Parts: sequence; structure tokens; C-alpha cells
Amino acid sequence: MNFIKITKRDDLPRNKAILIRGVAILLSLICAGLVMLIFGLEPIKIYTEIINGSLGSEMRIKQTIIKAIPLVITSLGILVAFKMKFWNIGAEGQIIMGAMAAAYVALNYGETPKPVLLLLMVIASMLAGGIWAFIPAFFKAKMGTNETIFTLMMNYIAIKFVTYLQYGPWKDPGAQGFPKIAQFGDNAVLPAVFGIHAGWIIALILVVLMYIFINHTKKGYEITVVGESLETARYAGMNIKSIIITAMLISGGLCGLTGMIQASAIERTLTSGISAGYGFTAIITAWLARLNAIAVLVVCILFAMLIQGGAYLQIAMNVPESVASLVQGSVLFFVLGSDFFIQYKVSLQGLFRKKNAEEGGAA
Amino acid sequence: MKKVLSVLLILALVFGLAACGGGETAEEPAGDEALKVGFIYIGTKNDGGFTQAHHEGTMAMEEYFGGKVTTIIKEGVDDTDKQAAKEAALGMIDQGASVIVACSFGFMDALDELANDPAYADIKFLHFSGYKMNDTNFGNYFGATEEPRYLSGIVAGMQTETNKLGYVAAFPYTEVQIGINAFTLGAQSVNPDVEVKVVYINSWYDPAQEKAAAEALLAQGCDVITQHCDTTGPQVAAAEKGVYAIGYNMDNSAVVPESFLTAPIWHHEEFLIATIQAIMDGTWTPESYYGTMADGYVDLAPMTDLVPAETKAAVEAVKAQIIAGEKPIFVGPIYDNAGNLVVPEGTTLDRGGIWETNYLVKGVTAVQ
Repeated sequence: MNFIKITKRDDLPRNKAILIRGVAILLSLICAGLVMLIFGLEPIKIYTEIINGSLGSEMRIKQTIIKAIPLVITSLGILVAFKMKFWNIGAEGQIIMGAMAAAYVALNYGETPKPVLLLLMVIASMLAGGIWAFIPAFFKAKMGTNETIFTLMMNYIAIKFVTYLQYGPWKDPGAQGFPKIAQFGDNAVLPAVFGIHAGWIIALILVVLMYIFINHTKKGYEITVVGESLETARYAGMNIKSIIITAMLISGGLCGLTGMIQASAIERTLTSGISAGYGFTAIITAWLARLNAIAVLVVCILFAMLIQGGAYLQIAMNVPESVASLVQGSVLFFVLGSDFFIQYKVSLQGLFRKKNAEEGGAA
Repeated sequence: MKKVLSVLLILALVFGLAACGGGETAEEPAGDEALKVGFIYIGTKNDGGFTQAHHEGTMAMEEYFGGKVTTIIKEGVDDTDKQAAKEAALGMIDQGASVIVACSFGFMDALDELANDPAYADIKFLHFSGYKMNDTNFGNYFGATEEPRYLSGIVAGMQTETNKLGYVAAFPYTEVQIGINAFTLGAQSVNPDVEVKVVYINSWYDPAQEKAAAEALLAQGCDVITQHCDTTGPQVAAAEKGVYAIGYNMDNSAVVPESFLTAPIWHHEEFLIATIQAIMDGTWTPESYYGTMADGYVDLAPMTDLVPAETKAAVEAVKAQIIAGEKPIFVGPIYDNAGNLVVPEGTTLDRGGIWETNYLVKGVTAVQ
């Protein structure tokens, strides 16, 4: 009595897959637009204002790029883990621990010359982020623990740890007793290049490096193989445990670097909210980019436009910021949904011709 | 072929939407002459407390200038996230705002950074409740809340039967400690046996936690609840338990009529109107404004009918003394709750002395 027949597709032509995704994005915009109409908003105007609000002036473009930087770097970090099918949901915590290590250096060695201090902060942050990711990786490699839950929980430990520092040992004595951590000295602040903090250069370099790493190095290849089939990796004599741990060190290290950049260039201090949700948004962007480093760059800029455009909507048009979240949610839903149609063929013939459904293995 | 058709259909739909969307694009012609002022709020403008009090001041100011001033509002900006505050301010500047008013302590470092950035030297920044400022374009403002707090303490001290007063507080920080101390001294001035129990919630704005903290205090036998946090949560908790509530920021006699006694309140328009006028006249220079009851900037909300006439008379008498400048709030000897003498006999704290507070006075117990 199966009216709808679902069969696995073996190989869909590349351009057809792109077409399906394009249609999905179009549908998502229409769907979000319909919801806007229900609430009495004008969808086309909202969409043009999102673009205007994210690219319409020099300041808006800068704000968009500033939001894209942490997204890109964190997405690259997540990409390495996801490539291996290691579900690292702990980017938030890795960002926070990276920021914490950078803050430790900045607050205690603030008199060090700027280039040295910044370099020390980068190293410290990548180590701290890497260690925070290493812990779940170690337990996964040695004991087969569930990394999704493990990395997720590590986030909350990181947040609470910063809160402890803020209320306890790192409390700024100059803040009238208010529980906050002191601002960094000028030496600990990333310089601006073309009016935007130097994080954008780091992000661009990392995109290229990551692309080369995944596609043109032995380690990158091994990570991909482990992700595709553990059996194959084992048969090929790869040291799976070592690959998992290396990949997670890179993944956490990149997330930690995001923390350093945000702490140094944006907050100029450490706060428990420093990750600002980028660690979760980056999961979406990495996934939408199909775990491709170059695509990550494009997707993250588009997402940053949505975030910046959404913030603009509220200030300029008095429209709730959540309208942009609506678009985000809708895009995600349809694009992830389209994956289903790319991998499976759905035929409705069953409705009309009950008898002879086509051949092909059932899903 | 079917796919081509469906794509065409979708496109038709999109353009259809465009057509019905493109109808009314006429924007209101905002006067180019008008001064644009951006307000950054931590909470929502109808939170029944802190942000609403600010917003009413904003609206009163806008109305006063009748078209010469327009405002841009951004609500719900996280004050622990510098980026959020910076973005809000930059977004407003991008929209043509030349004055930025930030209404929460946590916005201070963001404003400090922008005010001292040469790119925004033309923008004026006003910060509520902070201590940072500069000589050119960054000032702060606050009020002598110790005055109405002291008066509200008198009300609570005369009203309580269990001699236990509950105080839901945000952070263990000077501004909050000043309020707790003033309230306690006021209560003790009419009822020496009174005890004040404080619960810190470590947030300015958290409706659920504010209410939960009040419930914990009620469970300890407190029969008057007051607060230094943003929403009506503690007042609602008191009303549910059938005891009295002293609010903060707003006159909520209509919200919890069965419990509401009074509240220390703000008249932010007093500061805003004078300051915006000075900015428009070109006579403004950064200051650290500290409005008192005599200035009309802070006040005690009218006491409701739940307060007996003799209590009202006692409070009004002290109020008159405060306004006349005859009644300083912090007069030695004052002991902290560890028994140390913090203000010696014969000493009276001025504004500077008050803002060095880092203790709670005798009679207060606090849990964090």
C-alpha cells in the first residue's frame, strides 16, 4: 500500500544536485516571505533591506565582515571534525577556553611588545582550544564515548569556569566591585587593516590552508577516509586513534583562535558570553558549505549578511531582529531537506499505478 | 520539462510577492533638521520596571521637543556582550543618530571605546550609571537613589510584623550596596530590630530568577519584599504570598494593587530634556550628573492606601528634610555587617564617600 516510493539514488549529476539546492533556497525565501506576509511585513522590502543593511554603506560592510570572521574560522574548525564524522558540538566551549588563555596572557604580560604579545596570545588560545577538544577526543578514541554529548557538556563547563574567574580571582579591582574582568591594554588589541581588525586576513589565510590540508595532504586524506569508513581506514592500516586526536586538536585549536580574535579585537576582555553563539551558528554554516573550505567562506559571508541585516532591520525599520532568524531557520530547513531529495528518489507513481513500482533497492 | 515549469511557477510566485510587497514604500519624511538620539536598552520597553522607566523618560523628552528630536530605540541588548552594545550604537550612528544614550551599567566599556575613537568624535555619548567619561563627548548620569531608598526603608520598617525584610538584588556591587544600606538605615531609623535579607541574582534583568529569589526570601519569613532588579517579578511573588511589596523604578500600584506600597522611582526626562537642550544649543560639556530628589530626578512613588496615615506622615516629614538638604542619608557611626566601624561618629558621607561603599551595613545578611 505504499503510494510514495522512496529509492536511493546512486549518482545524481552534479548540476542536478545544484539545481535542487537552488530550488530549496528559493523555496526557503518564499516560505519565510509568506510568514512575513502573515505578520503584515513586506517580504521583498525586508529582503532588500537585509542586503542594504549588510552591504549598503562602508560601516555596514565592515560590520558584516566583523561578523563573518569568527564564523569562518570556527566553521573551518568544525569542518575538520565533521569531515571525520566526529560531531564536535563543543566549538562554543573551545572558543571560550581560547579566549580565556589569550586573556590570561594579555592581563598578566600586558607590557610585552605588541607583536610578541599577540603571537603569545594566539599560541595560548590555540593550545587551550585544542586541549578542550582533546579531552572528548581522547575519551572517544580510547573508550568510545559519545562525542556529541561530551563536547556539548564541555561548553557549559567552560562558561561556568569563566564566570568563576569573573566573580573570583580575575575580578577587576577597578570596577567598584562589579564582577567583570579588566579591559586589555592596547598592546593586546589586534591592529586594524583597512579599517577592520586583522582577523580577516587570518581567516582568509586559514581558508586556503584548510582547503590544501583537506584536499592535498596525507593527513587530510586520512581524516576523510576515517569519516567515510572506519573499516577502510583500518584495512589501509591507518592509526585511527591518532588521526581522531590530531584532527580534534586542529579543530579545537581553530575554535580557540576565534576566541582569541574576539577577545582581543572585539571585547578587549574576557566575558562568559564571548562566543556569542558563533560556535553553534558555525555548525550550520559548515554543514551548508558541504564541509568545503572555500564554500565555508561564501556561506559564512552570506550568514553574516543575514545577522548584520537583521540587526539593521530593528534599528532602521523597527522590525524585530527575529525576522532574520526566521530566514536563517527557513534556509536551513529547506537546504537540509533538499539533501534528502539529492540522496533519494521520491516517486509518486504508486498513487496512480499501484502495481508495478519500479525496480531498485528500497531505502 | 516539468522541472522547468515548476521553476517558472516559483519565479512567478516570487514576482507576485514582489508586486504586492512593492505597494507602499512611501517613507515618512523625517525632518533633516531633527536631532536623532539613539537609546540602547537592556530590557524591553514594557518590562514594568527599569527599562520602562527609561523609555517613559525618552518618550517624555521626545514629546517635549515636539519634532525637533527623533529617537531610535534598540531593546534587549545584552549588557555583558560588548559587541552587542557597540553594534547597536554603530547601527544608530549609521542611521544618523548624533547622540547615543546607553541605559545599563554594562554598556560602559563599549561606549568608552567608541567615544574615544576619533571616527566618532562628533557623536555625543551619555551613559546611565557608569563611572567613565571624557572631556569632549562622553558623559554619565545617575541619581541619588539613596534618598528614596531610605524613605522606602521607613515604610518597610513600620509595615513589617516579622521584622524581616527581603531584598532581591542584582550584583554585589557599589550601586546596589548603596541602595541596600540606605533602605536598611531607613528601616532601622523607625524599627531598630529590623533585619534585611538580601539575595543576589547576578543579573539586572531576569524575570524568572527575580521572582524565584523573592519566593526564597518569603519562605524565610520576610513580610515586605523590595528589589534592585529590573522587572515586577519580586512584586508578583509578594502578591501571590499576600505580603507587601516595595518596587523599584516604576509606580506599579496598578499592577499589584493588593501588595504595592511604594517604590523609589526615576524621572529620566529631567536629565534628558536639559541635556538634549544643551546639546542642541551647543553648550553641552560632558558631566557626571547626579540628580537628587530636590532636582526631581529621583523620587518616592506615591504611597498607596495600604500604608497607614501615620506612616505616610512620618515619611513625608523626612522627605521634606531631604529635599531641604537637612537630612544626609549616611551619618556616622555606621557599622558594617561584620561589626567594623565604616563611617565614624561625626562623619557624613558625601557623593564621593557614598560611591566608595563596598560593604553592607549591620542588620543585613546576604547570600549570593
